[in-house]
Amino acid sequence: MDAANEYWPSFTRGLWALTRRELKKWLNDPVMIVMFVLQPFIWMGLLGKSMNISGLLSPDNVKLPPQIPIPDNAILYPPGLQGVILDGAALSQMIAEMGSKIMEGAFGVTDYFSFMAVGMISMVVVTATMFSGMSIVWDRRLGFLDKVISTPVSRAAIIFSKILNASLRAMFQATVVLALAYILGLKLSSTFTLLNLLGVCAAIFLLSIGLSSIFIAFSIRSTRMERPMQFVSLITMPLMFASNTFFPIKLMPNWMQAVVRVNPLTYLTDAIRQLTILPMDLTALITDFIYLGLFAAVLAAIGIALAWKHLTS
Amino acid sequence: MREDVIKAEKLTKVFNKSLVAVDHITFSVREGEIFGFLGPNGAGKTTTIKMLTTMLKPTEGTASVLGFDIVKHANEVRKVIGVVHQEYTADEDLTGYENIVLSADLYGIPRDITRKRALELLELVELTDFKDKRVETYSGGMRRRLELTCGLINRPKVLFLDEPTLGLDVQTRVAIWEYIRRLKKEYNMTIFMTTHYLEEADALCDRIAIIDHGKIIAIGSPGELKDRLGGDIITIAIRENTDVTDVIQGVENVKEVRREGNVYCVKAVKGDVTAPLIIEALRRRGYTVTRLSLTEPTLNEVYLEYTGRAFRDTEESRAEFMAKRLVLRRARR
Repeated sequence: MDAANEYWPSFTRGLWALTRRELKKWLNDPVMIVMFVLQPFIWMGLLGKSMNISGLLSPDNVKLPPQIPIPDNAILYPPGLQGVILDGAALSQMIAEMGSKIMEGAFGVTDYFSFMAVGMISMVVVTATMFSGMSIVWDRRLGFLDKVISTPVSRAAIIFSKILNASLRAMFQATVVLALAYILGLKLSSTFTLLNLLGVCAAIFLLSIGLSSIFIAFSIRSTRMERPMQFVSLITMPLMFASNTFFPIKLMPNWMQAVVRVNPLTYLTDAIRQLTILPMDLTALITDFIYLGLFAAVLAAIGIALAWKHLTS
Repeated sequence: MREDVIKAEKLTKVFNKSLVAVDHITFSVREGEIFGFLGPNGAGKTTTIKMLTTMLKPTEGTASVLGFDIVKHANEVRKVIGVVHQEYTADEDLTGYENIVLSADLYGIPRDITRKRALELLELVELTDFKDKRVETYSGGMRRRLELTCGLINRPKVLFLDEPTLGLDVQTRVAIWEYIRRLKKEYNMTIFMTTHYLEEADALCDRIAIIDHGKIIAIGSPGELKDRLGGDIITIAIRENTDVTDVIQGVENVKEVRREGNVYCVKAVKGDVTAPLIIEALRRRGYTVTRLSLTEPTLNEVYLEYTGRAFRDTEESRAEFMAKRLVLRRARR
């Protein structure tokens, strides 16, 4: 009777329709966006600024008396040399310089805030992907998912729209947080160009794909909100702390280093650091991208296979 | 000759290997009719509709919609049907119009056609003025109407309605019936619907299948089902004290007569035609009819006849029913 049969529900059309719906919902709720950005902002402001590790050894902190007597037993009196007296101000200066060197050796940068602020961006990516992955539980509870699966839209488009939405959100929020960090005093390295931002987004995109697919596969099976929420809180803490997000790897015990080296967050954080605050080390950056790419490919394959199985049975 | 649009053969769904939700049902739906599945909650109605709309795979048996097998050609089925779910499936955060466009995109309908159809459908269900309002501001009746438009955007040849008036007040329900009739007339579809409201099945459906515990226990038009009960009940009182059972029994269409004093309880097919004949017969013999009442059987009596319990009684063991429903809901999703 009419052309209903001739419409071909294309994958891209369905994908874009479903993704646009999610983005629209998200933009309709500015309070949530502000809160999502506010949280890392507060973390950065409080944790990043309070844990002023580089300040520990600054001349203001290491206050030496103007003259420092050297105890007798500390001087070995090598033959032909007289006892010495050190200048306190100069020594403070020396310690401060040593401090900077220590910081640079351990963190790669001289201020902890820059180091930590980039770690915060990784955290934003984790929470953003997980929270938006959770929306599939709502879709299911409210019947929206029922409506979608009774249409001829590609099942893959349903899953990909969730992943795409999670990744787009994570990219947006991370960029905002990066800008905020810059305002708060993040020191960009000399190798930074605006083009590096694209690299940052690409790295975030890869991690988001991996994380959100596995998370969607997990939450598509639950009808209750509690389960994925519990999962988020269970996984975020170890993901963040067993990585280089807040502290350099080389100072961790060996067993933990092993964990950190498989944690994809480590590679994302390193990639962003290479692209923003560190003098870029191309080999390290390429390694990061290879790992993130593999992570995305493997987890997306598993996640999509699981979700697919669920949607078509 | 009208063809069968939906054919189901021994369709069965077992959840968790033990809960038989739908038990070998066989039926067919003819082109252009409104076919209703009537039964209490948990009888297997929604499970059947979910199988026919390809959302659930049957455990056993087959079914086809417009010749497409619901398992082998699921995507072909999805293209030619419209589904209005039991739940409100529209996205509350979007406007009514945005929801319709979203549905259309999922079917891959070109934008210009979508726009034209959406406006036409919105006009038919009188939602034009609210199309740009967010769905969360809609009333229950408005949301149902929006669901109808979303389900019709692909001009389906077969429309599935799962409990189309669930949870609505009586007035709104009657209004929704009117919209359904109007849409059916406009687009000439076949409709398969489920309901647990007897009045709804009676008012809307051309044919009804009564389903209970996953089995179809009777199929027919509402009229046929009622006639199968043996017809209407005519109660007649006469002034005289003589036994006139034989006189009444002699009238055409009378099936059964019971006497209580000078009141007679008569079971008869087509009571409205038979009653005057009885009066005529009695008067000819000189008796005076003092009182007469005619009761047409309702679907409730039909249901009682077939299941041995009144339709409303099914709500009695609420705890049991809720437990079953919980299992079904979990399993279905």
